[in-house]
Amino acid sequence: MKTRVLLLAILAATASLRAQVSFERLLRADREPENWLTYSGTFLSQRFSQLTQITPDNVKNLEPQWVFQARSTEKFETTAIVVNGVMYTVQPPNDIVALDATTGRTFWMYSYRPSQESRPCCGRVNRGVAILGDALFMGTIDGHVVAVDAKNGKPIWDVAVASPEAGYAFTHAPLVVKDKVIVGTAGGEFGIRGFLAAFDAKTGREVWRFYTIPGPGEPGHETWSGDSWKRGGASIWVTGSYDPDLNLTYWGIGNAGPDYNGDVRLGDNLYTSSVIALDADTGTLKWHYQFSPHDEFDYDAVQVPVLADMPWNGSSRKVMMWANRNGFFYVLDRGTGQFLLGKPFVRVNWADGFDADGRPRRVPGQVPTAEGTLIYPGNQGGTNWYNPSFSPRTGLFYIPTWVNYSSIYVKRPGEFAEGRGFGGGLARATTPPGLRAGFRTEDEGYGAVRAIDPHTGDLKWEYKMTEFTEAGILTTASDLVFTGGREGYFVALNARTGALLWRFTVGGSVVSGPMTYSVRGRQYVAVAAGSSLFAFALRQ
Amino acid sequence: MQRPRRTVLVWLAGIFLVIGHRGLRLSAQHEITADDLKEGEQLFVASCTGCHGPDGDAVFSVDLKHAQFRGSPTDEDLMRTMRNGLPGTGMPPNRFSEPQQANIVAYLRSLVSTPLAFVPGDAARGQAVFEGKGKCLTCHRVGSNGSRLGPDLSDVGSLRRVPDLERSLVDPGAEILPPNRSFRVVTRDGTTTVGRLLNHDTFVVMLIDAQERLQSFDKTTLRSYGFVDASPMPSYRDALSAEERTDLIRYLAGLKGVKAIKP
Repeated sequence: MKTRVLLLAILAATASLRAQVSFERLLRADREPENWLTYSGTFLSQRFSQLTQITPDNVKNLEPQWVFQARSTEKFETTAIVVNGVMYTVQPPNDIVALDATTGRTFWMYSYRPSQESRPCCGRVNRGVAILGDALFMGTIDGHVVAVDAKNGKPIWDVAVASPEAGYAFTHAPLVVKDKVIVGTAGGEFGIRGFLAAFDAKTGREVWRFYTIPGPGEPGHETWSGDSWKRGGASIWVTGSYDPDLNLTYWGIGNAGPDYNGDVRLGDNLYTSSVIALDADTGTLKWHYQFSPHDEFDYDAVQVPVLADMPWNGSSRKVMMWANRNGFFYVLDRGTGQFLLGKPFVRVNWADGFDADGRPRRVPGQVPTAEGTLIYPGNQGGTNWYNPSFSPRTGLFYIPTWVNYSSIYVKRPGEFAEGRGFGGGLARATTPPGLRAGFRTEDEGYGAVRAIDPHTGDLKWEYKMTEFTEAGILTTASDLVFTGGREGYFVALNARTGALLWRFTVGGSVVSGPMTYSVRGRQYVAVAAGSSLFAFALRQ
Repeated sequence: MQRPRRTVLVWLAGIFLVIGHRGLRLSAQHEITADDLKEGEQLFVASCTGCHGPDGDAVFSVDLKHAQFRGSPTDEDLMRTMRNGLPGTGMPPNRFSEPQQANIVAYLRSLVSTPLAFVPGDAARGQAVFEGKGKCLTCHRVGSNGSRLGPDLSDVGSLRRVPDLERSLVDPGAEILPPNRSFRVVTRDGTTTVGRLLNHDTFVVMLIDAQERLQSFDKTTLRSYGFVDASPMPSYRDALSAEERTDLIRYLAGLKGVKAIKP
């Protein structure tokens, strides 16, 4: 009997050893910086790595080690994850690829063919996978969530969740919390009703669902006139964060629909352009904060919530930092949602401050009209979904920024038809269409990395680019910033000064977040650009 | 602003008068009629405006009603884009028939250029002015003739209306399209180069200079760089007679780009 018990214990231990990534490992991802276990690095989503082999002094010796060329011309928006020397990325739209992280050679590829009915607004894109145990999880652009064996790429389960014909799509990397896989739906330009749902990691069974627009009888439903709540958007297309102490998961919610005409959806339109805090076990709403009530500027709050504990007015506080598409930088108390700070990080002319509760104070007349209204920031925002970073060492928050950027917002009738564009107007460029990078003046807009002191919202430094940027940012414990931009460069900056330290021409727009990992003692930095994935390391 | 409906009908009626005997250039097998243009407009409104907006300019870097297309300069390119979509963008494939594709293209083309039958003047005399007295080839190029320094005018008749051409001749500084602004760089040793900008990013300036040399400058080697506000083009208000300008405009309005040679 004793022998049998011992045998069972050994078998159990062996099984758990074989399972690659336990939830405990995800919880303590910062303690194994050689791996990059989640979309944003850790549950705090700081995109800050403890790796220090590459430094401001030696970064000039950074060289490409390998290039993976995707068999796709879609935008490559994925941040890869790395587990024990194996990299998992997504070839757009929905092919999961397992690569040797030191050579870029392929172990296996799982090809998923999404329905041709799938029509995401802004490209057939995917931003990454999540891992738990030996399973990888991916949302697809035709509304499925799939689980795939991380060792051989074989499908484990496939759940059809939402209708691509009606405009639903999954584009962000899932978030794994405990035994659940959390995914939200895109489609805010097609008159969807947004939701976030949790699936049992073993079976794919849906465990809970939170509609990001409250239904009849639910708090917040009164913020929608008539039946506009049925098609009000409130999509999710960037991965959320998680605080294990509070057991809360945080997600940014997209714009209201129709985008530019609020007349058919009077009210604040909760929870569009908001952050929501949900109990990770049940999906119950604990608090929310709305950045842009009754949004008519397409100001999705689809930024990654960045969490940190920091001194605030004399005591340590659990905060959430947020550079919003609407042009303001925010600090919130992530336990309560209390508004602590809001300050523009770019030019803003639709609001001129906040009331005591943190509600933006609107500037009269700054709304879309039939003739068009000039609004700062414009349709793509002061920033957008591009991953920001926070370095606990420098104490600075780094934002991919569109400076001096504006749009002319034109209001049109907002007529709904399922699966069709539901814009209710348009955002017109203020420079001639087709004007290429560098042909604008600085007054007409440029891209930048802006480093902000989160305690004050003050700008500490700026790294200017000529063209706008859609690249995420990575910081490291050696005080480096890595980022790219539309111009097709990948650069390393001094995290304390913004000084350019190194650059490489990747030859295609960087529309992804860089990440870093280490294999057999050698640190790599990887980023997708154009249709390819590049990995860099120091010259040996 | 959306064009009033009545104006569109008057415009189409005008085109009908023209194409009754001439036909638009789109299809070798089929002469475009006013009904085709009307169908093109209806298809555009029903199928394209959801994303592109009623004015065709709602997608960044694209202005369908002003011939600003992303990587689709020819009619055939446009029709292919409609059929297949554009990977990497929100542009989906569509199920238009070939005549429907042609009609949408014809409708969009009809919005940006003036039908030749409405343009007075003599094209042959205008070409003589262009190549002779006007000295236009000093900066501009048509087909394989002339300089590459200024804007290439080989297809200017497809991209500009007659009033725009007239204004550019008499008052060239009134509105310089940003891509056509001259760019000046001054190196640390004081060497100045003025030319047409080809690329400008965080690290380099690339241009074609007056001697048609392709030049690339590392920005760290430059003392200054930037756009030149004034147009280098002289006014032809007094340099040419009214008749000569009319003939010149007629010549320019007829420049519709390079056609593929078919076997």
